[in-house]
Amino acid sequence: MDIASSAPPRRRSSVSSATVRARRQSLRGWLYATPATAVLLGLFVIPLGLAVWMSLHRWPLLGDVQGLNFPDNYTRIPEHRLFADAVLFTVKYTLIIAVVLLVLSLGLALLVQETKRRRTGFLRTAFFLPVVTGLTTAALLFLGLLSPSAGPVDDILGWFGVRVDFLGDPTWALISTVTMMTWRFAGFYMIILLAGLQAIPGDVYEAAAIDGASRWRTLRSVTIPLLRSSLAMSAVLIVTGGLVAFEQFYVLTRGGPDNSTVTMVMTIFRQAFSQFDLGTAAAMSVVVLVGLVLLNVLQLRVLRSKDEVA
Amino acid sequence: MIHRRISTALAGASIVALALAGCASDDGDDTPAGAPEDDDNGAVTEPVTLTMWTRSVTAAQSEALVAAFNEENEDQITIELTVVPHTEYLQKVSAAASGDNLPDILAANVIDGPNYSTLGLWTDITDRVEALEYSDALAPAHLDVGSLDGSIYAVPHVVDVSALYYNKVLLEQAGLDPESPPSTLEELAEQAAAVDALGDDIGGLYFPGDCGGCLAFTVFPSIWAADGSVMNDDGTEGTLDSEPAAEVLSVYHQMWNDGSMMQESRNETGATQNSAFEAGSVGFALLGSKALGTIPENEGLEIGVAPIPGPDGGVSTFVGGDIIGISSSSENVDAAWTFLEWSMSEDVQLDIYAQAGFIPVRTDLADNQYAAEDERVVLMNELVSDGNLPYSTRFFQTFNDPQGPFLALIREAVFGSGPDSLPASNEAVTDSLQAGM
Repeated sequence: MDIASSAPPRRRSSVSSATVRARRQSLRGWLYATPATAVLLGLFVIPLGLAVWMSLHRWPLLGDVQGLNFPDNYTRIPEHRLFADAVLFTVKYTLIIAVVLLVLSLGLALLVQETKRRRTGFLRTAFFLPVVTGLTTAALLFLGLLSPSAGPVDDILGWFGVRVDFLGDPTWALISTVTMMTWRFAGFYMIILLAGLQAIPGDVYEAAAIDGASRWRTLRSVTIPLLRSSLAMSAVLIVTGGLVAFEQFYVLTRGGPDNSTVTMVMTIFRQAFSQFDLGTAAAMSVVVLVGLVLLNVLQLRVLRSKDEVA
Repeated sequence: MIHRRISTALAGASIVALALAGCASDDGDDTPAGAPEDDDNGAVTEPVTLTMWTRSVTAAQSEALVAAFNEENEDQITIELTVVPHTEYLQKVSAAASGDNLPDILAANVIDGPNYSTLGLWTDITDRVEALEYSDALAPAHLDVGSLDGSIYAVPHVVDVSALYYNKVLLEQAGLDPESPPSTLEELAEQAAAVDALGDDIGGLYFPGDCGGCLAFTVFPSIWAADGSVMNDDGTEGTLDSEPAAEVLSVYHQMWNDGSMMQESRNETGATQNSAFEAGSVGFALLGSKALGTIPENEGLEIGVAPIPGPDGGVSTFVGGDIIGISSSSENVDAAWTFLEWSMSEDVQLDIYAQAGFIPVRTDLADNQYAAEDERVVLMNELVSDGNLPYSTRFFQTFNDPQGPFLALIREAVFGSGPDSLPASNEAVTDSLQAGM
């Protein structure tokens, strides 16, 4: 009502009432969107703004804010001993985990899809089960399993005369973490890909069969192209998750041995809560955020253009 | 899922900011409500409720104290204790300090003591402490880190000393006398080698090789025992390139090379520090006093405790634990002091602390009727007066940080090229101590 009366008078009443209706509708739209907007503002936009604000200041964890420190918080980032190494390591880890997880979860999805009906449920559940464990719990579990003094893995390998320093050797520490993450996440991406697989109509396969396509050829020319959007979504999730990797390394390797498995987010965490320097940590977060946004824009663009071709 | 992790990445720090902002804005409403009626003549007349924060690692002691105190002072002073997870303690204190929302009684990890007093989080209690007849007997290392420029801001709250634990069963099997534990690091190396020779499953020494805080706790005492130092007096320069440090670390380097230090030591991040010793598979371990009460003995494990020796004798310890002070914004300083004074009184120290197996915070109570039942407890109680604590506002950043320079220094000197690396590593320690100055 207020809106209607406050609207400036129009020459033709029909236009005026149309405007009022449109306005009312848009007001209602805004009302519907309010809860979501409030959540977005409160949990995302405001904290983000604060992080940016912090990144401009000398902001210790303990004590008062000590004035503006821009652009030093940013320009000094490359000087931080660990950050550059951490960027390289994080990218390396992301590439490895992306390849391993995509191949394996596609394999699992095909396996579940192809097995006879009765076992499908069992297999699907079995592969998905690790997903319900928390990431930190999973990391602690592996920490226990791989511990030479407490875990069984070392003893079992010992029967065969094999001795592996799972967490004490840089390469093995990475392999152990990738293994843990694969165990934890393969089922999740399997479900996404499985949904994609089930959406592919059976007649396409029939046509392929009639054309005499081999299994391999069917996979390459039918399944994978038609699964592209599911694969792409998985890839985006895996890559984003890989670049912000934290818990798995924080718990399992603590960045060790000798700082060989320190990720970007770990350096941010360390800057904030070990070095008590929230300002620089916020600046690093902003840099990582910008990097992630650019990467995601790129990924989505590549994805979209392919879709249009298809 | 992914969203949660992204927000961990982005907003880890900004959550704190949010908390800061939240507290700051509360400020206006809080002050009038929080300020009670003036206790005008200094005496506590009206019933007062005090707030108190301690770290989760000292929950056992804090809870016992507060429960007993509240019962005794039912009508006058009530303490509301909040136990904060130790990993979040500094964040919480930091947020509260910015908003003037600190509790009346504020405990701190000893190594953070210099930060608290430098930032003015505590009230000066010099006169009150000095007026105590037992003020000379308060754990001296704790009092040092609770002081700044000659003023005292905090008193000992919980004491945890480092010591050398050994398994008497294994020592006996190795033909050693379990009643004469090593009195020098050299002897430790010899005895550990003898225990290690018992079999493939048995190790000589368990060393917390990937845990900066544990290493400071257990390696510094040997350096102090040799009259060495780890930093200069004002905590601005590392002195780990000095002769005593090199001697200490060369013994550990040798033990690593000859295999008498257990393989797993290299990866020990502190989480499973007790397990090898608890399982009875290692002769010696460097642990804190708390371990004595938590590791159960059995037929394969009989626990002996000795002071951590220096390279050629001498003993020392790292007097860890927590100190406690009255926050600078408290309106109830007298009532808060009543609690602190009560907590250090002889009755409380004996009936609550000593009886439960906690180390008294007063050296004059080291030998008491409860400790007398166990000579190992007396030994650790007495170590408190020989103990030391480094003083630096950058302690945590330099020594505890898993990615920090001190851990790298130890790992290079013990597991890597040996003590020749110390001069270069020590420079990194100095850089870290001076960072932000």
